[in-house]
Amino acid sequence: MPVRSVLSNEMSEKIKAASRHTSRNEHLIFEKSSPGKRAFDLPPLDVPAADPKRALGEFHRGEGVQGFPEVSEIEVIRHFTRLSTWNYAIDLGMYPLGSCTMKYNPRVNEFVARLAGLATEHPYQPQELSQGCLRILSLLEKCLLEITGMEAITLQPAAGAQGELTGLLLVRAFHQKNGNPRNKVLIPDSAHGTNPATVVIAGYEVENIKSNAEGQVDIGKLREQVNENVAALMLTNPSTLGIFEQQIPEIAEILHSKGALLYMDGANMNALTGVTRPGRMGVDVMHLNLHKTFSTPHGGGGPGAGPVAIKKFLEPFLPVPVLVERPAGTFALDFHRKESIGRVRAFGGNFGVLVRALAYILAYGPEVRQATEDAVLNANYIRKQLEGVFDLPYTRPSMHEVVFSDAIQKRHGVNTMDIAKRLIDYGFHPYTTAFPLIVPGALMIEPTESESKEECDYFIDAMKSIAEEAEKQPELVKTAPHTTRVRRLDEVGAARKPILRWKSPEKVSGATG
Amino acid sequence: MAYPQYRYTPQHEWINAKGDTATIGITDYAQHELGDVVFVELPAVGAKLEKGKSLGSVESVKAVSDIYAPTSGQVIEANGELQNQPETINSDPHGAGWLVKIKLADPADLHTLMDAAAYEAYIAEKKEASA
Amino acid sequence: MRYLPKSPTEREQMLAAIGAESIDELFASVPEAYRLKEPLELPGPLSEAEVIQYFQARASENSAGYTSFLGAGIYAHLRSVVTDTILQRGEFLTSYTPYQAEMAQGTLQAIFEFQTLMCQLTGQEVANASMYDGSTATTEAVLMAERVTGRQRVLVARSVHPEYRDVLRTYAKNSGLHVEEVPFTPSGTVDLNAVKSLVNDDVCAVVVQSPNFFGAIEKLDGLADIARNAGALLVVAINEALSLGLLKPPREADIVAMEGQSFGLAPSYGGPFVGVIASREKYVRQMPGRLAGQTTDQEGRRGFVLTLATREQHIRREKATSNICTNQALCALAATVHLSLLGKAGIREMAAQNLAKAQFALQELEKVPGVKRGFSAPFFNEFVLELPRSVKLVNAELLKSKIIGPYVLGAAYPELTKHALVCVTETIPRSEIERFATELKMALEVPV
Repeated sequence: MPVRSVLSNEMSEKIKAASRHTSRNEHLIFEKSSPGKRAFDLPPLDVPAADPKRALGEFHRGEGVQGFPEVSEIEVIRHFTRLSTWNYAIDLGMYPLGSCTMKYNPRVNEFVARLAGLATEHPYQPQELSQGCLRILSLLEKCLLEITGMEAITLQPAAGAQGELTGLLLVRAFHQKNGNPRNKVLIPDSAHGTNPATVVIAGYEVENIKSNAEGQVDIGKLREQVNENVAALMLTNPSTLGIFEQQIPEIAEILHSKGALLYMDGANMNALTGVTRPGRMGVDVMHLNLHKTFSTPHGGGGPGAGPVAIKKFLEPFLPVPVLVERPAGTFALDFHRKESIGRVRAFGGNFGVLVRALAYILAYGPEVRQATEDAVLNANYIRKQLEGVFDLPYTRPSMHEVVFSDAIQKRHGVNTMDIAKRLIDYGFHPYTTAFPLIVPGALMIEPTESESKEECDYFIDAMKSIAEEAEKQPELVKTAPHTTRVRRLDEVGAARKPILRWKSPEKVSGATG
Repeated sequence: MAYPQYRYTPQHEWINAKGDTATIGITDYAQHELGDVVFVELPAVGAKLEKGKSLGSVESVKAVSDIYAPTSGQVIEANGELQNQPETINSDPHGAGWLVKIKLADPADLHTLMDAAAYEAYIAEKKEASA
Repeated sequence: MRYLPKSPTEREQMLAAIGAESIDELFASVPEAYRLKEPLELPGPLSEAEVIQYFQARASENSAGYTSFLGAGIYAHLRSVVTDTILQRGEFLTSYTPYQAEMAQGTLQAIFEFQTLMCQLTGQEVANASMYDGSTATTEAVLMAERVTGRQRVLVARSVHPEYRDVLRTYAKNSGLHVEEVPFTPSGTVDLNAVKSLVNDDVCAVVVQSPNFFGAIEKLDGLADIARNAGALLVVAINEALSLGLLKPPREADIVAMEGQSFGLAPSYGGPFVGVIASREKYVRQMPGRLAGQTTDQEGRRGFVLTLATREQHIRREKATSNICTNQALCALAATVHLSLLGKAGIREMAAQNLAKAQFALQELEKVPGVKRGFSAPFFNEFVLELPRSVKLVNAELLKSKIIGPYVLGAAYPELTKHALVCVTETIPRSEIERFATELKMALEVPV
């Protein structure tokens, strides 16, 4: 809320700049720059200086990078510290975002990932000087196989979407070897957007399969649609509605009977870890999101890691290199894999992220089941308290997330986006709006195990209050948020005339830069 | 609103024929569903359009809609104004917000499309169903 | 368990509120046959001290105490502690993708600054909010060229990083793209005549790297002409981003695909890093990945939002320009902080130190009998040596003196049997460069 000043107008004018200080107004780093300021000194050069003109000739960049920042160290610290105060974060409070699994990012993970001897290693150094790294990778592989009940794994993919692609490429390689690569992949209409996008990149056609009235895979439709042209079904389990696909044995059977494979999107593993294992349910290939289930930090949008776990028959096709254990107990990377699909990225994988995931697993050990139970407990507690306040379109039991709709509030002209924006005024990040697509006006809520009863109660109270406001003061909700630093940013303008970089005033006026 | 005496498709395109040429656009219902238009992708002059196939797309911040050719033909003009002012589709969808002008392959085909009354009934049904 | 904020009493209270007798009831939807009866067989649980102990033990089993002359796509550079101070702020570390712009202006402004820095460095008009890494950025740049031109043939220089070419091949296999490799000349740069003879109106992209995998700087204007005349796009990949501190930006490129690891990211045994795609404004709608755009709010204040999202997977789904969802936001932030610290003068000075160290190293190494410079093209901080015997054997000797020798080119380039790729950055002291030359001389004197 804008602070109402009781000072005279003249005073207000004079201190206008100060009153917007520290966290109200921070310009771009380029706008704070001034020639000659610097924030970093290098140790002196201990070899003769090279003449860049002689060494580089025509390739020499005459002057410095135009417009590059020129600030001091304290200005860098203040600039980014101030920017950080404009962000919401897990360290501050709950993100009830469905299928994102915004759980606590343990700090010891950050500490170990930065250790000298781990952060410093180069993947091309001799394998005998990398046994520490390889042992970490091997232990992580073993743990993830134990958790998923699968038989082999690759840690190479850089994120969930890349894991999906890797998984589909493995599927394709398998079918190709059997003489028919097939041309379609079935995707439920409740799927996450990366699924169909990935299918296309893998060279397959997307065929949608409609969910039944309970939001689950329609077995009848599946039987009709699965044939020798279908390579696989991409299934999220529990579904994006937070509901366990009970008929997964039939699903697997139908697919396997026609030689098709069952791919599981492991984004919702947080409902399953320690309680059950996909490997037992007929899943042939699946990916995991380490930045979801395994606590590696989101960092504003990445990095992540998307390991792919498989059944043995897909092992020949794994990306290179494959980690192998030698009889002497040492580890090595095997690059000679004739049937491999190749590489999906340079170097071995997001090692720094993998270290964090292993640290998380080691901290929990077998007690990781408790985290899953708490996650499901929180989701069901919230569901119980908000049932009746918000419309619940699918009434099957929820696991780690629950999906409501805005049907009740819509009667007063208030939709899920409005409710989400009003939630911001109560100090929470919005839940997932407008997804999954099969629920119009969805409110998708996943608290994770990291929320205390107290936080859950705050959230429930806030949602109940907003529901009441929707009925009695809809305009308040529709014009939210009211308390943020910026309000209802113009996304239309941003898309019509995109401004995607800062330009120095000289550049704008047409001078070269 | 009273829809002009054009012909209409179930995908919310309109087509207004004069002899063997016609103008194509999207309806007021469509622009309302989409929201503020930010970008339009149109075919090049000379492009051959096939009835029912996509001829381009209209983008808002949150969604992209393919535009389907109501009938077959060849593009003779595309509305260049929309590059700088895509919002014209929102403000005047049946007039200045036209998308392409085409030479019709078969003028008689237009009789298979809905007239204004049929289209108005069609969208009235849609509005009731989603209420 | 210290990460779980529940007391046993609270769990009971919550179960009671739900109306469930036990937590097992809440898992009733999982068929009985699938429910685990025993705990998972996992190591742990470990206290914080034990977790640290485990990883410290692993850290001591790697290359501590060795001096490395490896580059080949990953570079050891000085990083300020300030970078980690910022990165470890919870508001950056533990925040989500900035889809709700009002609650993520910090991330969004930082991304906008990152995009700007990348444009300034590469001389391009627009840059995205990062890709996974340089290798996937290069592949995505090729896919972008395919979308822009509608063509399916790709010409890739062999002097592009071998693993980057591997990644491109993996993606190409399934997308109908046809990839052909272009040889390099004895000077170590791409063969222009070969490009000229191979290019035609079926080619969507000509892909080169500069400095290339051999450390050699490519002349881009000739290549740009050849590509343009054929209606193809010139894609320039960059592995050693620091080179842009002293080298002319690749303005002739239509798309730049860069690895930003040199800007504040530790080598970390291969990742996470940060890829960048930078290009011309007219191609922005074909650009994959996230984009932060400037806008205003209701009261006219400047703010930032993710924009042009309709290209992306969560809206376009199967028509998306890419399937990429996660980007490398925290890594991009590291690069932004690092470059803000280095600044205009610092990046030039750091680049100049690299140039000087590499020149000095070449000079010292050429004094070793039998050692020759491999390629004549100008270089930045990496160069190729030709040795009188197998590089593998020489490296085995050097290891005994705690030196990790240069990258063996023979594996990826069978015709370069005795060639090695040496990288020298500002982090290697003069004494170690001199010691390398001394040890190399001795290694070459060992009877075969």
